[in-house]
Amino acid sequence: MGKFRKEGSKEVPQVSTSSLPDIVYMLIFFFMITTSMRDVELKVKTAMPKASEIQKLERKALVSSIYIGPPRDTKLGTESRIQLDDAFARPDDIADWIMKERESRAEADRPLLTTALKVHKDTRMGVVTDVKQELRKVGAFRINYTTLKGSALENQR
Amino acid sequence: MAKKVPEINSSSQADIAFLLLCFFLMTTSMDVDYGITRRLPPPIEVNDEDVKVKERNVMNVLINKNDRLLVNGRPSDISLLKDQAKEFMTPRPNDPTAPEVETKTFDLVGDVLMSKGVISLQNDRGTSYAMYISVQNELARAFNEMKEELAVQKFHKHLDQLNEDQTKAINDAVPVRVSEAEPVVYGNN
Repeated sequence: MGKFRKEGSKEVPQVSTSSLPDIVYMLIFFFMITTSMRDVELKVKTAMPKASEIQKLERKALVSSIYIGPPRDTKLGTESRIQLDDAFARPDDIADWIMKERESRAEADRPLLTTALKVHKDTRMGVVTDVKQELRKVGAFRINYTTLKGSALENQR
Repeated sequence: MAKKVPEINSSSQADIAFLLLCFFLMTTSMDVDYGITRRLPPPIEVNDEDVKVKERNVMNVLINKNDRLLVNGRPSDISLLKDQAKEFMTPRPNDPTAPEVETKTFDLVGDVLMSKGVISLQNDRGTSYAMYISVQNELARAFNEMKEELAVQKFHKHLDQLNEDQTKAINDAVPVRVSEAEPVVYGNN
């Protein structure tokens, strides 16, 4: 029996780090898959109001966002502007933009397309109403007023 | 004698992988968007006949350009709006000033006394978006509380504990009856 016992083997062997890269690679793959780089550069401020009766926006691939708010570039004034994709737009451009968004989705998904309105809280409703009227004209009826979580009563100062 | 190629030292592989990991950790954004989902009504035809709704069945909510509320012609406040909406939508068969009521039968829920009331929301072009969202939120809260009450009464469970069929039944029995008035343009502002 004593034959198998090595002399002076009381020392704990070093922990092998050869599998460390593999573990890290696994983490990388996880983050690579879950990551979603911001697809548009925001040209308007969108500090959204708070609301409590909110639902989660399901299936992000079927959501197109319209940003409305005062321009970040203060030289352009403080009047709220509409941003579609990467550029400022006028309400007349929305119809074409919705068509384009529909084209880029699969046929079966098109009726499920939701338009998320990401609107700055100080925006006047006039702009928002114009946008909503345009959306109604092209039949994009599903909308979502994107908000933050919180109590709506805090919106009033 | 063949030259021996030295093995590539792979001890820095972990460091490279860590760098990549840090990059993705920082750029990743797993934010989920939340919001109030609404369905816009289809555009009205020009020669569409006006649907006559009895005055007692409508609760008018007006928001002016200074974010002041007017409920049925009387000034109100955002903190009171939820209770006002709830009171209006609660069926009161013996009150001649309250909206008309009807009894409808639904699967799972059975007979439900429903109010025919509609909440009509109108805002000015100068209303702030924050106020508009607050009002939408308070009205939604009124309906959600009524759904919750019905769920407790019929299923003895909270709204978020119901199964899919029960949730659908409750949603049918308590429809969110908020209609937005057609925007009116006064002058050319």
